[in-house]
Amino acid sequence: MRITQGTFSYLPDLTDAEIEAQLRYAIGQSWAVAVEFTDDPHPRNNLWEMWGLPMFDIADPAAGLAEIRACRAAYPHHYVRVAAYDASYGRQTTALSFIVHRPPDEPGFRLDRQEAADRRIRYTLSPYAAGRPHGQRYPA
Amino acid sequence: MTTFAMPAPGGTTPEDPAPEDPAPEDPAPGDRGEDRLADDELTDLGALRQESADILAQLDAELVGLAPVKARVREIAALLLIDRLRARHGLTASRPTLHMCFTGSPGTGKTTVALRMAEILRGLGYLRQGHLVSVTRDDLVGEYVGHTAPKTKAVLKRAMGGVLFIDEAYYLYRADSERDYGPEAIEILLQVMEARRDDLVVILAGYRDRMDAFFASNPGMASRIAHHIDFPDFTVDELVRIADLMVTQENHRFAPEAREAVREYLARRMAQPRFANARSVRNALDRMRLRQASRLVAAGALVSRDDLIRLEPADIRVSRVFG
Repeated sequence: MRITQGTFSYLPDLTDAEIEAQLRYAIGQSWAVAVEFTDDPHPRNNLWEMWGLPMFDIADPAAGLAEIRACRAAYPHHYVRVAAYDASYGRQTTALSFIVHRPPDEPGFRLDRQEAADRRIRYTLSPYAAGRPHGQRYPA
Repeated sequence: MTTFAMPAPGGTTPEDPAPEDPAPEDPAPGDRGEDRLADDELTDLGALRQESADILAQLDAELVGLAPVKARVREIAALLLIDRLRARHGLTASRPTLHMCFTGSPGTGKTTVALRMAEILRGLGYLRQGHLVSVTRDDLVGEYVGHTAPKTKAVLKRAMGGVLFIDEAYYLYRADSERDYGPEAIEILLQVMEARRDDLVVILAGYRDRMDAFFASNPGMASRIAHHIDFPDFTVDELVRIADLMVTQENHRFAPEAREAVREYLARRMAQPRFANARSVRNALDRMRLRQASRLVAAGALVSRDDLIRLEPADIRVSRVFG
């Protein structure tokens, strides 16, 4: 099951040239570009691990793309995303976030039903991959 | 202020027209969207040359002397022009390496030219951004183990798409200290200069003899720099023209005899030790302004606008150099 999170996630995966164009736009808006990765892509997991610090002072998308490539090479079986933070007063939030790399095999999510009081049912999602320990969730 | 709205429940229905046409893609500055030429097509170089000619003319007008530097810039401009034309004919070649090393005596304009180089290379379509990141040893070399690599990499990242200018580059390498982290910074620098030469231009600058010693102990660095440009010392005539330019910029003017006095001063000063070319000219002018001010205050008479602008020969004749 292909995970759809963030901007562009219903499109085919972006090529590096397209990613570079997005980075150029983000830098042009004075947004700080950050690269993040995780192997726990639950939709409510907002806090992915940071690949280095956000790049506050780059002027050219090549620098961002180099970091994305380095992160992909280090974590080929993780999800990698780019987040662009708009620090301007009144917004101060992530302005753009999209997945730039995903593991080759995505098993998807299981729907869990929990029996609660008075025959109520609670539903929750859990990724099949999360059954394995951290770091081994998306094997080659 | 941007306003935000939650997406309406249901979202856009498929019947809705596409909200807007995709914005036309913004071409990168280096990529001029030039089309492929036919094999037998001829191109008028004269017309193409015009855009770089403007940049070069500006360089000529604003910098006095420095003939070898200007000649090299002109060659680089020609090379980039021809490469672009070749690419349009489908003749691919690797991008020329433009890492440079500026050597010369103090005050010969190394830093000034480096600042201009970023603009020039951007104007010629070689660099995408054309900004200049000016660093010294402090910005590259860390203070403890493991601190240097991230520091150097961060600087390099910031310089991508532009020029990284390393002033007094020989301080990166300290022959006398074994525990110095300078070589680590040099190593990373070399890697990036080789692997990412599409993305940035590195310019090293420093005094001639010390740069030579630096290259002797780092042969890898010398071979990765394609352009070693030596900045010649200025002649007296050039120094006087520089003085004229500086005076005009400061909204002053030489009285007729004062220019002669300045020429004489510079001729004498050049023979003395610690002469720093254009920097010495600036210092001399600063002292002239100082003396002009005290002369006017001491006179205590009525002053006109012209008095405030004019520098008199007396303002320079009192210098120690004439003693």
